[in-house]
Amino acid sequence: MRLDWEIARRGWRRYAAYPWATVAGVFTNTIFGFLQAYILLAVFRHRGDVGGYDARDTVTYVWLAQALIMTVYIFGWYEFALRIRDGSIATDLVRPLDPQRYWLAYDLGRAPYHLLFRGVPPFIVGALVFDLRYPSPLAAVAFLVSVTLAVVVSLGFRFLYNSAAFWLLDYRGIATVSVCIVVFFSGMTLPLTFFPGWLRTIANVLPFASILQSPVDIWLGKRHGLELAGTLALQVFWAVVLLGLGRLALRSGSRKLVVQGG
Amino acid sequence: MVEPVFLWRRLVGAQIRSQLQYRASFVLDVTGAFLISFIDFVAVLVIFHNVPQLGTWNVHEVALLYAVSSISFALTDLAIGHLDQFPQKVRDGNFDILLVRPRGTLYQVICSDFALRRLGKAAQGGLVLVYALASLHVDWTVGRAALLVVAVPAGTVIFASVWVVGACLAFWTTDGGEFTNAFTYGGTFLAQYPIDIYSAWLRRFLAYVVALAFVCYFPSLYVLGKPDPLGLPRLLDFASPLVALAAALAAGMIWRGAVRHYRSAGG
Repeated sequence: MRLDWEIARRGWRRYAAYPWATVAGVFTNTIFGFLQAYILLAVFRHRGDVGGYDARDTVTYVWLAQALIMTVYIFGWYEFALRIRDGSIATDLVRPLDPQRYWLAYDLGRAPYHLLFRGVPPFIVGALVFDLRYPSPLAAVAFLVSVTLAVVVSLGFRFLYNSAAFWLLDYRGIATVSVCIVVFFSGMTLPLTFFPGWLRTIANVLPFASILQSPVDIWLGKRHGLELAGTLALQVFWAVVLLGLGRLALRSGSRKLVVQGG
Repeated sequence: MVEPVFLWRRLVGAQIRSQLQYRASFVLDVTGAFLISFIDFVAVLVIFHNVPQLGTWNVHEVALLYAVSSISFALTDLAIGHLDQFPQKVRDGNFDILLVRPRGTLYQVICSDFALRRLGKAAQGGLVLVYALASLHVDWTVGRAALLVVAVPAGTVIFASVWVVGACLAFWTTDGGEFTNAFTYGGTFLAQYPIDIYSAWLRRFLAYVVALAFVCYFPSLYVLGKPDPLGLPRLLDFASPLVALAAALAAGMIWRGAVRHYRSAGG
């Protein structure tokens, strides 16, 4: 536990080391927030409700999505794949610490930094300009739990597509397709409530809604009582499944691993 | 005038040949670029699944905006997308090398890479253009066809100018790369939708100051024979090539000014 904590602190510090990168990122997320908010508000000139979301829900969704973009690290992460590719994985496997546990601890240290410094500032700008919806105290607590689970689900999936590097020399193809699927089916491109019925059904059976749509729905108060518990339980389910698959990939991958050179 | 073009072709030709050495990787990269940009257009289709019109624009008209914006941006990305890695060159002091060579620094930076894989993105834009033109029933005239043909290179030059100005930031801070993304990737996203749906301040800043409205909004109005919902002078419909020229000159000047702030990392 002490070790996990130390690794997590390093995850935080690594990103805290580049304050200008944070400022630049906040600026970009804010601009995208404005663009997306106005595009989706144009939809509500013609109708008052899309799949249970009104204009206020939708604009809140847009700003929460921009706030969580870095926290759940949606746009691709290749560090583990790079370590497999350049052979550093050999050193990692010698250590008395499991690589998956290392990256999970590291990511859980990184995520709060991004939530505070990449998430809160653009959301405040959005809140100053638009009329947003705010959660009840209970929903706020559930939201934080849900975001934490979303980070674990996201890491579980990222670890899995990085593991493809055990078998493929060029992991980028798999990684690119994976990122496309996550960005679209998590609700990052558009809220899943905008999807036509059949596409929404597909999105609901995939794990990716747990990365973005679930925490945002909880913030907006769309899930109550049992439904809220069910949403969190589903996130736990996907976290366990994806981390489990990652374990399997790591085990069978390291069994066949050949590292060149010395 | 001929010599720089000749040199660019030699340098870029070498880049292309080296990128084609790894066929499988190249095909995967092109497919990846195609897929990623495809999601953006699926988003347009999903929006129009919920609503018949965005402002005064229907799905086919937005598809035209999307196509011109995407193709222009993909061509920019193809030729100078490697400016995204430019801050690295400044951070590690490798910019020194460019200063001692007998060619302009911006010219050398532009020649240093050519990401052929981004053709995937341009191909996707091309498909959307075919879809838009097939469904739009444009009342073609010579002027409309000519303006559409000119719009793509003009848009490319406008995006490229924005990118160059953004890259200049690296001379002050090398961590600010994502700042530029707001105007490049953000710029193409903005231009894919009709600018009359944005609020006035955002539209004035990004569309006129950063000139993104001239990438596809004004040319598309003319091609479609559509009245401008904003009621701006119709002369603006033809302004794109001039705006592109002005943007390129401005970007060149800003670059030259910024280079003077370069302080080598030593080494």
